[in-house]
Amino acid sequence: MAKININRDKCKGCLICISFCPKGIIVLDENLNRKGIKPVKVKENEECLGCAMCAVMCPDCCIEVYK
Amino acid sequence: MEKLFSHPSSLRDVVTHYCPGCGHGIVHRLIAEVVDELEIREKVVAIAPVGCAVIAYDYWDFDCAEAAHGRAMAVATGIKRVRPETVVFTYQGDGDLAAIGTSETIHAANRGENITGIFVNNAVYGMTGGQMAPTTLIGQKTATTPHGREINLPGMHGYPLKISEMLAQLAAVRYVERVALFSPPEVNKAKKAIRLAFQNQIDNLGFSLIEVLSPCPTYWGMPPKKALDWTREVMAKEFTLGRIK
Ligand SMILES: Cc1ncc(C[n+]2csc(CCOP(=O)(O)OP(=O)(O)O)c2C)c(N)n1
Ligand code: SF4
Ligand code: SF4
Ligand code: SF4
Repeated sequence: MAKININRDKCKGCLICISFCPKGIIVLDENLNRKGIKPVKVKENEECLGCAMCAVMCPDCCIEVYK
Repeated sequence: MEKLFSHPSSLRDVVTHYCPGCGHGIVHRLIAEVVDELEIREKVVAIAPVGCAVIAYDYWDFDCAEAAHGRAMAVATGIKRVRPETVVFTYQGDGDLAAIGTSETIHAANRGENITGIFVNNAVYGMTGGQMAPTTLIGQKTATTPHGREINLPGMHGYPLKISEMLAQLAAVRYVERVALFSPPEVNKAKKAIRLAFQNQIDNLGFSLIEVLSPCPTYWGMPPKKALDWTREVMAKEFTLGRIK
């Protein structure tokens, strides 16, 4: 079992993490963050591998990975 | 659950001013991870450049100095010689390191200063609006090369400058490697190279330089993922990845 936390107010919506998640469980969040941009979020009830590909590629260090 | 990945303690938990998808953020994090892993946070001194990374000292949680445009290697030389127990690195863009600062860069390397250079090559001057840099690719459109960089007249802009290969020729230079950020394995390789460049300094082995091919989505006019792909498909063809020396 694994999971990630996304700091939605730090997220700049670059979508790089979405391209690198092998499970496709990161999606655009239509709700704006404090900066007024659309961040990303994790789909509910989907399995995360804990591979940290998203976190390694995030230019803004918004993602924490737990396993 | 155990925390597998979170931001390194040498990197402040703040929102940076960088554009979405900018490579500077990844390079900042890799340096902070290496500083934490080598346990040199109390000894390290960064020299921030003039360029988009001009306020890098607001993002790293360790000592930093700021140099005039291009002069980071000269400032690093001074600090390292006066305080040899410090671990000193410069963080510079291509405009800073390979245009206005070419002289300081070459002579610091040629003297074999025991310092580390982190060279962020994004093929443009980002901070000032995306003008042509020495490392701009042939045909690449920039604010000052609207028809693309060209070899022949009327532009006669010259070839992409391979400053890393040039520095590798110098007898006093210990280690030069070019890395990229376009995939998780490449990011990991970049981190390894940065780590070795710091370790060399700790071991008193002399001058090390790591060139990072880094995306500037804003002035390449591309979405972030496409800019990462461009570093692999176009940039890395001209600027060969791997250890140069
Ligand atoms: C002496 C001096 N000349 C020119 C400038 C204008 N200037 C600021 S940043 C920059 C180039 C930055 O490009 P680069 O080093 O590639 O860094 P990037 O912004 O792309 O990260 C220039 C020419 C300046 N600040 N000082
Ligand atoms: S850790 Fe891996 S599987 Fe989980 S969200 Fe990130 S990239 Fe996807
Ligand atoms: S890579 Fe980081 S900044 Fe970009 S969308 Fe994902 S979480 Fe947000
Ligand atoms: S202009 Fe380019 S280098 Fe500067 S912050 Fe934006 S993406 Fe990064």
